[in-house]
Amino acid sequence: MWSFSQLTDWIDRSLHSVMGDGWALTVEFILIGVAILVAYAVLALFLIYAERKICAFFQCRIGPNRVGKWGIFQSVADMIKILLKELIRIDNSDKFLFRAAAFFVIIGSICTFGAIPFAKGLHAIDFNVGVFYLTAVSSLGVVGILLAGWSSNSKYTMIGAMRSGAQLISYEISAGLSLMTIVILSGTMQLSEIVEQQGQAWFIFKGGLPAVIAFITYLIAGHAETNRGPFDQPEAESELTAGYHTEYSGIQFGFFYLAEYLNAFIIAAIATTMFLGGWQPLHIPGWEGFNRIMDYIPSVIWFFGKTCFCIFLAFWVRWSFPRLRIDQLLSFEWKILMPICLINLILMSVYVIL
Amino acid sequence: MGATAEIIVFYILAAVITVSSILAVTSRKMLRAATFLLVVLLCTAGLYLLLNYHFLAVVQLSVYAGGILILFIFAILLTSSKGDRSESHDRRRRIAAFAAALAGAVITIVATAKHKVLYGDNATILGDNEIPMKQIGHALIGDGKYEYLLSFEALSILLLACIIGGILIARKR
Repeated sequence: MWSFSQLTDWIDRSLHSVMGDGWALTVEFILIGVAILVAYAVLALFLIYAERKICAFFQCRIGPNRVGKWGIFQSVADMIKILLKELIRIDNSDKFLFRAAAFFVIIGSICTFGAIPFAKGLHAIDFNVGVFYLTAVSSLGVVGILLAGWSSNSKYTMIGAMRSGAQLISYEISAGLSLMTIVILSGTMQLSEIVEQQGQAWFIFKGGLPAVIAFITYLIAGHAETNRGPFDQPEAESELTAGYHTEYSGIQFGFFYLAEYLNAFIIAAIATTMFLGGWQPLHIPGWEGFNRIMDYIPSVIWFFGKTCFCIFLAFWVRWSFPRLRIDQLLSFEWKILMPICLINLILMSVYVIL
Repeated sequence: MGATAEIIVFYILAAVITVSSILAVTSRKMLRAATFLLVVLLCTAGLYLLLNYHFLAVVQLSVYAGGILILFIFAILLTSSKGDRSESHDRRRRIAAFAAALAGAVITIVATAKHKVLYGDNATILGDNEIPMKQIGHALIGDGKYEYLLSFEALSILLLACIIGGILIARKR
């Protein structure tokens, strides 16, 4: 299977032959940073288009169809429009925190994005404590949302931020516990190693019933963490106009919007990495010919295919179910989802010991 | 990473930590102070990363940035109203604060001056010497020498007491 490390090694060697070690390292850092930011922006454009199309089909409409063939350049046009919009100054708001809030949200999201193994050899941040890092960094977004709600000096944003804070903190527990279930199975927290171990069989097949339960609970909790679908009380438009980002305009609103879509992608990507084998192809033990054919499909396509499947599930849920009430949402987490996760953790330990 | 690059990163982090710490204690608005405190804690996590203490860096992120600071912000949001400013400190407080800061600075300077600074030529600090997660886990739950089962369990009992106390206060009947 072709590995991206050939390409990255070639870049590394040619940089070292041209300049000194320190400068080569600096250039590499900048290259990685630019690559991650570009991938982040392009994926956001694709996801916004995909969401609008899928939503349209669920509602028996056609969706964007004017800009380009099938409207594929619609989100590019929207991006140009949002970049040109005026940034409205809010009277009596804390200007410094108002600006900083959008950055906290997007930094938390980009840090998580950088740690995802996209393909064989295409993995920027690979810590020993990878899974723990993912859950830790994604919690930075909560701070940004709370600050945004408070600093805009509006009742709507304040209520939205409070709801969002309560919701994110609660559902983080379930998401973390589901990921821990897989850490018990694999015995490591390093993402590259977790993907490596799934070469023969993905964890969702290898782990039996506990892994399947963990996959479902992770999808639910992750979906709630992105403030989407039936869990979008923080920005319930019929009650709170737009929730915590009501007062934002122009590209500052764009940051929240971008982070929301990319968080949906990140949740799907983590689910893919932890449960569906990351970039590993589908292997069935014993079927040698089948396995060899599957190996011919590049690892990037495997990763993005599986991730798109998970994202499609999220969109499907979002456009199919009505919004819950905030108290139903929180009691669902604390009384149903978290006990299931805890019991599942014990089940998985028993499964691993046996 | 080369030694010079590490030193540059260290000085950037140190400058941000110093400036944000001063801003955190001089800011009149509570929420701004909390935000600067968050920046200080994030940069401290960066220092741990520089020392290859990945586990500690991530713990710092998840416990302080993800847990304690959100608790602070929630408490501030629920108790203070918009436009609240802390009153300026009187003279006695200022003198006490200066004395405390001076004492801290003296202790730190004496401690650094008395000990040999290993950073820069210590082979275990530079390079990719990560402590595996498994070793940390065994040390936390082991009962041998240099292992911390007793303190770990004592802390969990403390946390349990906190949870029960919280429920008692929240459900007054």
